[in-house]
Amino acid sequence: MPKISLKINGRTYQAEVAEGTSLLWVLREHLGLTATKYGCGIAQCGSCTIHVDGQAMRACALKAEDLTTGQEITTLEGLSEDGSHPLQRAWVEVQAPQCGYCQPGQLMQAAALLQQNPRPSREEIKSYMNGVLCRCGTYLRIIKAVERASEIQNNPDA
Amino acid sequence: MPEAMQHQSNAISRRKFLKTSGGVALLIGASGLLPQLISCGDRRNLQEALAKYPVNAWVRLAEDGSLVIYNPAAEMGQGSMTSLPLLFAEEMDADWEKVQVEFSPQVSEIYGSPGWAPGSKLMFTVGSRTTNSYYTTMRRAGAQARQILLHTAATLWGVPIGELSTSPHTVAHKASEREISYGELVPHLTMPDPLPEVGEDQLKDPADFRLVGKDIARWEIPAKVDGTAPFAMDLRLPDMAYGALERGNLHGAAPTLENESEILAMDGILKIVPFDYAIGVVATTLEGALEAKKKMKIRWGDSQASGFNSQEAYASYAARAETGPQGEVITNKGDCERALRAASKTYTETFRNDYIYHAQMEPLNAIVQVAEDGSRAEVWVGSQQGADSKLGVPAQLGIPPEKVDIHLQYLGGGFGRRSMSDFVWECTELARAMAPRPVKLVWTREDDMGYGTFRPMSLQRLRAGVDRQGRITGLSHLVVGDGGNLVASGVQNDHYNIPNQWAEWRSASHGIRLKHWRSVGHGPNKFAIECTLDEIAHDLGQDPVALRRGLMADAPRALATLEKAAEMARWSEPAPEGRAKGVAFVEHGSLGTGICEISVDRDTGQIRVHHFWCALDAGVVVQPDNVIAQMEGGVLMGMSSVLKEQITIVDGKVQQSNFDSYPLLRMLEVPDSVEVALLPSREHPQGVGETGTPLVACAIANAFLRLTGKRLRHLPFTPQRVLEALNT
Repeated sequence: MPKISLKINGRTYQAEVAEGTSLLWVLREHLGLTATKYGCGIAQCGSCTIHVDGQAMRACALKAEDLTTGQEITTLEGLSEDGSHPLQRAWVEVQAPQCGYCQPGQLMQAAALLQQNPRPSREEIKSYMNGVLCRCGTYLRIIKAVERASEIQNNPDA
Repeated sequence: MPEAMQHQSNAISRRKFLKTSGGVALLIGASGLLPQLISCGDRRNLQEALAKYPVNAWVRLAEDGSLVIYNPAAEMGQGSMTSLPLLFAEEMDADWEKVQVEFSPQVSEIYGSPGWAPGSKLMFTVGSRTTNSYYTTMRRAGAQARQILLHTAATLWGVPIGELSTSPHTVAHKASEREISYGELVPHLTMPDPLPEVGEDQLKDPADFRLVGKDIARWEIPAKVDGTAPFAMDLRLPDMAYGALERGNLHGAAPTLENESEILAMDGILKIVPFDYAIGVVATTLEGALEAKKKMKIRWGDSQASGFNSQEAYASYAARAETGPQGEVITNKGDCERALRAASKTYTETFRNDYIYHAQMEPLNAIVQVAEDGSRAEVWVGSQQGADSKLGVPAQLGIPPEKVDIHLQYLGGGFGRRSMSDFVWECTELARAMAPRPVKLVWTREDDMGYGTFRPMSLQRLRAGVDRQGRITGLSHLVVGDGGNLVASGVQNDHYNIPNQWAEWRSASHGIRLKHWRSVGHGPNKFAIECTLDEIAHDLGQDPVALRRGLMADAPRALATLEKAAEMARWSEPAPEGRAKGVAFVEHGSLGTGICEISVDRDTGQIRVHHFWCALDAGVVVQPDNVIAQMEGGVLMGMSSVLKEQITIVDGKVQQSNFDSYPLLRMLEVPDSVEVALLPSREHPQGVGETGTPLVACAIANAFLRLTGKRLRHLPFTPQRVLEALNT
């Protein structure tokens, strides 16, 4: 089986996987980076959202072997050292998660949004976050948390 | 946010604490049993004691004051990880910041709450029963722990116990101005003999609650935000193999694998394990198992479902409602038929309700390891637990329950689906074939949906009669569908004063797998009841809130939710141009009134919900913000199911396979607001997880009637059905 090398959260990881294996299974089952979740496998639910060179992408739809040429992969494990990213602080503050399973995808999608657009409007948040499903129905709190994170990020003393 | 950060550091200190063996375990018994003190270092004695005594709860107190409280219920987002330990901590007078929470062992004789049969105990996170069923158990156990600490301090200081008081984590003797922390008491802990019984009258007055009813942050949220919260799907064991099953989409069909040798020749394939209804495969990697599953050539036999077409079955359901024979009578109050004959006006309404799917975000999965000689097993699973001892695994393996350990993990959604252990049994079969190697079984989303267990389709035929004053004198509610209580729950109207009532279930059977789905039959049945009430109000020119106010004259708690919701929604004021409001009342343990404000795009048939207001009486509320979250989530899940979700069956085969063919509500579709008011109460807590969801169908349909004069009578309200209704 081919050996591949991936750059994830600033570290280099090696894995031996069959050709065509999705990045999602490599992250979760080969490397133990399990914050990125499996929900649908067809890029419909967004639970596996990660960043590739800062862009939000669905790990289930990416082949691991296509990301071995220096791309920077970021997963929720790499969003902050200690859960202190403004989004994570805001998520706790508004008590956003219920079951919690989709939240890594929600957080990574929101992180990409705030990188591109530090002060998104409510409509921009909804539109950008629309691809990430939550079955528990935490959407309203997620919107509130993204707005709150934007405040924290733009005014760290807030 | 300091509180949040405190919880973060708790998560770290928890890990540290679990590694130390200092401190003592207080085994707090059911009434009549003396509590025990056992050193935490003495694991064997601890295990034996746990196996031997009917202990309700277990708290571990260390000399540094740190405290572990067990949560006996599943955590699937509803907050049990906080609410149950919080009740214990409240009565123990513990400092919540020093509390760590762990799942209790899955031993229902010890950690169960009162089951449905008298004297029985159950660990089963279903029916919104967690807080309701554990409320008194956890409080009494916490109060006993406090008694032991008081007794110890009294002995230590040689003072009467009656002179002592507690403040968080501290015992004080005011007369001598002495104080000692709970942690400092650990080396001196002794049992009172005899132990004073803690009666209900010795529990705290709810007015004195320090933790209960306050907004305490949910204990496990930091781990769900930094990605460390373990779901069963996330676990990996050394030398673990991966399993997958191909089950097809014709429920119960027998498979014949036609290319077994080809599959076995694939890279990393370890074993093929046949089931009656599926072919299982075990491989060294997950992607290998999934690839093999995809490559299987399977010839499927017929099953009971063969030839069944769900959308055509409604005709037979209607005939069954029309002509009988009579089914199971659920309610027979007064003389409904006579009331309908004597009525000055009668109404007949027919409602239909398609199959829907749980769609919990974490597909089903489990890890099982069976010992080489088959004498022991370990299971790692996110489960709502169950009535079978240890999820039925001991019975399956023919070994005693104490030889099976269930390691409960967080659930990536339950909604009723994880109250059935079919996926655990499948994994156990694979693990038995691979023993002693652990096997992780993963259901793909396609498996989870195609071989799902659905809320059954059903038909409701309601007949109502009113007298000359416009009072409802009789209500007959007939349900046709498969699954007994799965279609019949929620037909009762205990809070409406309707003197003559009849409710009856007539069965159907199609061989489609069925299961409880959040709020069960309440969704379709409240839809039927509440829409019938609005039909009457519409016809008689009555206000829907006023009509319900009249019906609730003898149900003050229900009425209070109606009045509060009407006030929140400014019911008496007209809705903005192009919008209308609709109201509904639901009881599911707790009592709730919901009001929504909607508009309709008459070109596309899209219904838009702009606002949703709920007023809830749930008795004592342990975690107010969490109850609000449950109502918000329940309403959004209700909207999703009512506006979008539909499973259809053609020739027995499930037609949907993933979120492209079974869409869920997305963020662009959420209302501008969901507002929830909790009515103050000192009554015993009632479940809140399933009261919000069934409000939605009726509130939307009732708003639609007021907006358009047209009726929505078939769930879900897809744009096509909305357009059809508009064009009638």
